Amino acid sequence: MKLELQGITKVFGSLVANDHIDLVVEPGEIHALLGENGAGKSTLMNVLYGLYDPSEGQILLDDVPQRFNGPGDAVAAGIGMVHQHFMLVPVFTVAESVALGYEPAGPAGVLEMAKARQHVLEISERFGFEIDPDAKIEDLPVGVQQRVEIIKALSRDAKVLILDEPTAVLTPQETDELINIMGELKESGTSIVFITHKLREVRAIADRITVIRRGKVVGEASPTSTETELASLMVGRSVSLAVDKEPAEPGDVAFELDKLTVLGSTGTPVVDKVKLKVAAGEIVCLAGVQGNGQSELAEAILGLADTDGGAIRLDGEDLAGKSVRERLEAGIGFVPEDRSTDGAIADFSIAENLVLDLYNTEEFSRGVSLSPSKVAANANVRTEEFDVRFTDIHDKISTLSGGNAQKVVLAREMSRPLRLFVASQPTRGLDVGSIEFVHKRIVAERDKGTPVIIVSTELDEVVSLADRIAVMYRGKIVGIVDVAKAGPMGVNRDVLGLMMAGVSLADAEAQIAKDASATTPKSDEEVPS
Amino acid sequence: MSDTTNPPVKTEEEPPSGDSMMQRIVAGNALISVLAVVIALVIGGFLIAFANEDVREAATYFFSRPMDTISAAWTAVSDAYIALFRGSIFNWEATTFAGAIKPLTESIVFAVPLILAGLGIAVGFRAGLFNIGAQGQIIVGAIFASYIGFAWDLPVGLHLLLAMIGGAVGGAVWGAIPGVLKAKSGANEVIVTIMLNYVAVYLISYTLKQPVFNPGRSGQKSPAVAESASYPPLIPDWLVPGNSFRLHWGVIVAILATMAVWWLMERSTIGFELRAAGANPNAARTAGMSVGRITVITMVIAGGLAGLASTAQVLGTEGALTAGVAASYGFDAITVALLGRSKPWGVFFAGLLFGALKAGGFLMQSLTQTPIDIVLVVQSVIVLLIAAPPLVRAIFRLPDPDRPRRSARTAKKQEVAA
Repeated sequence: MKLELQGITKVFGSLVANDHIDLVVEPGEIHALLGENGAGKSTLMNVLYGLYDPSEGQILLDDVPQRFNGPGDAVAAGIGMVHQHFMLVPVFTVAESVALGYEPAGPAGVLEMAKARQHVLEISERFGFEIDPDAKIEDLPVGVQQRVEIIKALSRDAKVLILDEPTAVLTPQETDELINIMGELKESGTSIVFITHKLREVRAIADRITVIRRGKVVGEASPTSTETELASLMVGRSVSLAVDKEPAEPGDVAFELDKLTVLGSTGTPVVDKVKLKVAAGEIVCLAGVQGNGQSELAEAILGLADTDGGAIRLDGEDLAGKSVRERLEAGIGFVPEDRSTDGAIADFSIAENLVLDLYNTEEFSRGVSLSPSKVAANANVRTEEFDVRFTDIHDKISTLSGGNAQKVVLAREMSRPLRLFVASQPTRGLDVGSIEFVHKRIVAERDKGTPVIIVSTELDEVVSLADRIAVMYRGKIVGIVDVAKAGPMGVNRDVLGLMMAGVSLADAEAQIAKDASATTPKSDEEVPS
Repeated sequence: MSDTTNPPVKTEEEPPSGDSMMQRIVAGNALISVLAVVIALVIGGFLIAFANEDVREAATYFFSRPMDTISAAWTAVSDAYIALFRGSIFNWEATTFAGAIKPLTESIVFAVPLILAGLGIAVGFRAGLFNIGAQGQIIVGAIFASYIGFAWDLPVGLHLLLAMIGGAVGGAVWGAIPGVLKAKSGANEVIVTIMLNYVAVYLISYTLKQPVFNPGRSGQKSPAVAESASYPPLIPDWLVPGNSFRLHWGVIVAILATMAVWWLMERSTIGFELRAAGANPNAARTAGMSVGRITVITMVIAGGLAGLASTAQVLGTEGALTAGVAASYGFDAITVALLGRSKPWGVFFAGLLFGALKAGGFLMQSLTQTPIDIVLVVQSVIVLLIAAPPLVRAIFRLPDPDRPRRSARTAKKQEVAA
């Protein structure tokens, strides 16, 4: 079945999650939808699956416009979806799970589990899944659970199968098996929309690649594209935001991570023996594709993530065993990655949010008595200084735009003397004006002699803001690029792109040099020797 | 303004989580509370009519003379609610002034423990905790307070103060248990507090069988609390001669506690932490607050307030420890906190209303033979309606206060920002 999306736009309030997205998936094609987290891929697929109503645009199946009022309609039309987080009932058997939602019933509504079992066996045999229909979901490994979801979709005659980040939860082996399964499904004529941000898989299996960034289609690529090309398309190089800053004057090493390890929820290290030194008065950016341990690293510095060995030293003092409060009091300023869940309290006023981690200091309280007038006075000063646009400091912070809310968080974290400033995705979701402002403040903090660590997946931001760039891949720092030594042309983004795919700095530079020399002779020919 | 370039943040279409349910309870507006009471009284009116003998008799020939049924129903409902009013606020048929205002004082007597325990529940709600354990906290507080009250011999004033503190400490200890368990092991406070209620019920039965509490008798009552440890009557005889009011200084405690809780929530660092943990525990943690510590503090405060509620009974109204000392105050207090929107003064007035319903219910039953359970139904309907604000809005065709207002505000904000 041919699937076509025409001008799909989805607006949430003032946010445009999908902006006129066009997509064509031919029958029997594996079409990869590549983009970073938050690029709008999942929203698009939820529109396609009937979970969201598109604000604009239409969905065509075999050139017939469709209108889905819910996933039921989408399933009936032949669209199947395997969610990133499986929609399975742990205590059900495989057959029950597959039957769930369209239970085969005999006369008098008696459930006929035998039919469901039969169905599972048939499909599982056809694709070589080897699944026991009577096994309980909770006893199955994640990779097999995913196959149950696939069987479930196929049992409803899905002609178009959407796989939302299917490899996010899989081991490399399971990933390889999934890639084989996708190949077989393709052979049998099923179209697959494959959502991911992992470059290797895309190149391994996709027939065509559409790259989405910030809700828009930014380009199509063929699977023969190099990972560098894909990476730079994905994280974007279209806009270059220059940051006006003097060269850094780094002092002594003020902050140090020594073999820091952080374990993820599955017990595997998400930050793996990372060593990093940051000098006073320099900005080190942690770059990398989202999900390679940068966020966890930042959280570990503040004590939000438990470390499993290694040391975090601030001016020579180990922070291990210190509480978040103690670390804040030691002079760490922290801007969390997700402002709405971690950085601010939506139901609190702007003024209250501006003292969220300072309310108990002598400045705002005496004993347990909080001074509302001082909190208000502080809010007036801070909002003025950080150019926050608001109507009343006692309004809830949720009434502010994203940019202004972020300025509130930044104003709070920069309102005391800092010995280290850590910010995750400081400009995510902000408009250009706010981005510029935030960058200026960060550079100003650096110029005060504070060591600064910025976690960002925006390559533009990294390149323009950093004095040194540490690229992370699978929990390790692949290499550190010194921006000051990069010469007049600036940092080579292609090198960074390769490093984000796990290639070491030396290899990446060598490869880029080789690519460059492979293309240079052409231009040389025009020059008569 | 280029919010258009924002990456998608699915804020509006996400299904409501448990947290946001809590937010709705805490953040609802007063209008909904008032309307919920009105609807509940209307539904109560129907039930009164259906339960009335005359109405049912008239209904047997409804189709020949429908007006009989309607007028009988009207009489039944109006008589019942008039009796409710006379029993709770002002009895104009009484011969003396004291008799006329006695119902009001009775309402307040019932309201005091409701207000105090309701404040405790409300503090929990604000911190994101469903404390169902006020009943048990009242019981344990009552045991402590009564023991100090009848067993110790201390000067006037000091004795009362110590007995009050004892009651508060008893409740606080009982509240601290689920708090610590939740902080240390993540135990669900709803389940732990419910179970501790049962433990407390059997604890009081056991206590009342001990010789100290039950010297030589097999009754279900402890020795009377000493005069020096009792709340003095609030309205002395010279002010209203010939009064037999049960109203005591506990009401002053309730007023002071309401003010104290308001100050705690709005003006103290503890309240700031508590509200932060309730509204967004992640942000609270990122801001360096210890959410576990806040949980324990909250439960201690909540239990302490419930313990104070018990003193209104054992040091005031009842004057001794009885097996039924907590009545159903601990559970009614949950309703009071919900109706009061977890705001201190909201709880105060909701407590007065429920006290009035309780006091008035007795006269309503004796005068009009309307079962007192109607009051219970009215209370329950109030809870149902408060848990479902959209229902109330649908009945009165009110606009959803969140949506239009929020968009209007953000629009304004964007103009300002632009």
